[in-house]
Amino acid sequence: MYDAPNPATNVDQQDIKITAKGVQVYYGETHAIKDVDVNIVDRAVTSFIGPSGCGKSTFLRCLNRMNDTIDICRVEGDIRIDGDDIYDKRVDPVQLRAKVGMVFQKPNPFPKSIYDNVAYGPRIHGLAKNKADLDVIVERALRRGAIWDEVKDRLDAPGTGLSGGQQQRLCIARAVATEPEVLLMDEPCSALDPIATAQVEELIDELRRDYTVVIVTHSMQQAARVSQKTAFFHLGDLVEYGETDQIFTNPKDERTERYVTGRIG
Amino acid sequence: MSDTTPEYRGAGHHGGTMDTVRKGLAKRKRKQMILQGFGIAAIGFALTVLFILLASLFSTGYQAFTQTHVELDVFVDPQEIPEENLPRGGFRDVLSDSLGQYFPESDMTDRAEARVLSSILSNGAQFTLRDMIVEDPSLIGQTISLKVATSDPYDQLNKGLIDRDTPEDFRRLKDEEIQNFDTLSELGLISKPLNTGLLTNADSRFPELAGLKGALVGSFWVLLTCFVISFPLGIGAAIYLEEFAPKNKVSDFIEVNINNLAAVPSVVFGLLALAVFIGWFGMPRSAPFVGGLTLALMTMPTIIIATRASLKAVPPSIREAALGVGASKHQVVFQHVLPLAMPGILTGTIIGLAQALGETAPLLLIGMNAFITSAASSPFDSATALPTQIFIWADSPERGFVSRTSAAILVLLGFLITMNAIAIFLRQRFQRKW
Ligand SMILES: Nc1ncnc2c1ncn2[C@@H]1O[C@H](COP(=O)(O)OP(=O)(O)OP(=O)(O)O)[C@@H](O)[C@H]1O
Ligand SMILES: [Mg+2]
Repeated sequence: MYDAPNPATNVDQQDIKITAKGVQVYYGETHAIKDVDVNIVDRAVTSFIGPSGCGKSTFLRCLNRMNDTIDICRVEGDIRIDGDDIYDKRVDPVQLRAKVGMVFQKPNPFPKSIYDNVAYGPRIHGLAKNKADLDVIVERALRRGAIWDEVKDRLDAPGTGLSGGQQQRLCIARAVATEPEVLLMDEPCSALDPIATAQVEELIDELRRDYTVVIVTHSMQQAARVSQKTAFFHLGDLVEYGETDQIFTNPKDERTERYVTGRIG
Repeated sequence: MSDTTPEYRGAGHHGGTMDTVRKGLAKRKRKQMILQGFGIAAIGFALTVLFILLASLFSTGYQAFTQTHVELDVFVDPQEIPEENLPRGGFRDVLSDSLGQYFPESDMTDRAEARVLSSILSNGAQFTLRDMIVEDPSLIGQTISLKVATSDPYDQLNKGLIDRDTPEDFRRLKDEEIQNFDTLSELGLISKPLNTGLLTNADSRFPELAGLKGALVGSFWVLLTCFVISFPLGIGAAIYLEEFAPKNKVSDFIEVNINNLAAVPSVVFGLLALAVFIGWFGMPRSAPFVGGLTLALMTMPTIIIATRASLKAVPPSIREAALGVGASKHQVVFQHVLPLAMPGILTGTIIGLAQALGETAPLLLIGMNAFITSAASSPFDSATALPTQIFIWADSPERGFVSRTSAAILVLLGFLITMNAIAIFLRQRFQRKW
């Protein structure tokens, strides 16, 4: 797609999917992300935790350039996926977002049929040659979203008519339908009950086999359950980043310790 | 509790606070009652005015929904109406002769007497007969039964609008004429069927023949032109301003001016149209196309404002969802946001068009109040529109136009209410729960 070699991350090239260096994000005068460096591992779940307003969503949205749509938002620094600078002038954010899918905090299916919700991405990117192709893609995506059995008999029903948990899984199916390599999830379970949460967590664990998953969560238990790597943000700084086990059992920074033990946030 | 002395016991004290609150409560309640009273009075006033308006329109207008007719046996005399020269036939004489058969004692060769008699028939009766015979020349030589409108004074008489007790000198119909009418009435030849001509005839100098067809067709062309121009332009401008235009001083300036445009009095648009469309561009006067163009200028700000409001109302989560799967800005707008905003846009458009339908001043200025006796067959023919037709009729001296004016207003109101009802229906039907 784009071809700038990245000497800094040549080591462990096959393991590291995303590298960020010196990332700064400003909303007008507000400095929301301060000089963040992070390497996100391929085919693993990385969770971002931290108190509200610390910049987790902001950083996540840098990874698929969703911040481009906010007029006052300015991103500086270097973010590479597979070694390619995603903020390069030649990179079309539309193409990038086909490669880096996103699931939002609030389930947001299109007010269209379940089928059309999932088929939309493949359609606009021209991934299916014909209707039969598209049917296959839709079914595969819905199966990956662990919702196929519940909706296979009513693919023409509106997606907005599903329950909250079903809607969120539909949105996950929609995101995976374009065969992205990276899946960004911003608090995907915050609107869900424990059962739906468990289903989505199970799903995330499945998705790890094919995708690089980055998830923002407010639930320490969830981060501990689903992720292999954890990043702790505080007031725009990336305070600590490491193995999930280590972050929760043996944090190096005092702020991390206070947060994971429930004393700040 | 109410019998405790309302003694102030310190703000911090529980009982004291409650007392203060209770005292204030009565005052607040009183204020609320007064406010409610004013509200109810205002609504009552509005409803009363509306009721009086409608009642007065109905009480005069209902008379125009029927029309007195007389049924005659007409002998189509081949001598008067030669088959080879139909247009020059003496249709009027044939009619007055056939009228004569019901009055054996009157002398139809006396011109004056014949004229008095045939004044019962509408001036249009001869054309009705002519059209029948042109269509089917084999009727010549036969006796046919013909049902034609009576002229306006007799129609008024039949509807009880002419008082028979008024002294003859002050009455529009003389005793003799009333006598003639009563004779026909006793023979059972007079009837008062539904006045379909009100909708199917074009305008006429004779109230009994005047109808709204020309105005309806004219209004149709005006609204069509207005819609075809203002809808795409309005939506296009709104989409650009709302979704694509950079937010800066220029777009602020444009926004303020669009809002100003919506507040410009309609007569100003009429003057503009007269100067620019007719004066400079040499477009035809009285043409519905020019009227539609003028009204489009007025409707466009309404559509732009409604469209922008509906685009804004589409939740950002839908935009994010579409962007998130890799839709481009255009795809987001045209495949997601616009369809969701459509009910709101249509509602705004219909309301804008309803305003345009009732708009009179600009149409008067571009000459759409001309007297035209045929319906326009294209938007470039001269025509009137509903409101200007009302204006013309209200200005006419003939008594018959009084009830017709009210009836025309009722027709116009009917259209307006229908359009607003559609707008409300759309709004209810497509109201979304996200
Ligand atoms: N669209 C925006 N415009 C201006 N400032 C913003 C915007 N979005 C976020 N911010 C600011 O950036 C900072 C980080 O916000 P962000 O949404 O990334 O926090 P977060 O960690 O996701 O919080 P939460 O856990 O509550 O979702 C906050 O101080 C916030 O006020
Ligand atoms: Mg957030």
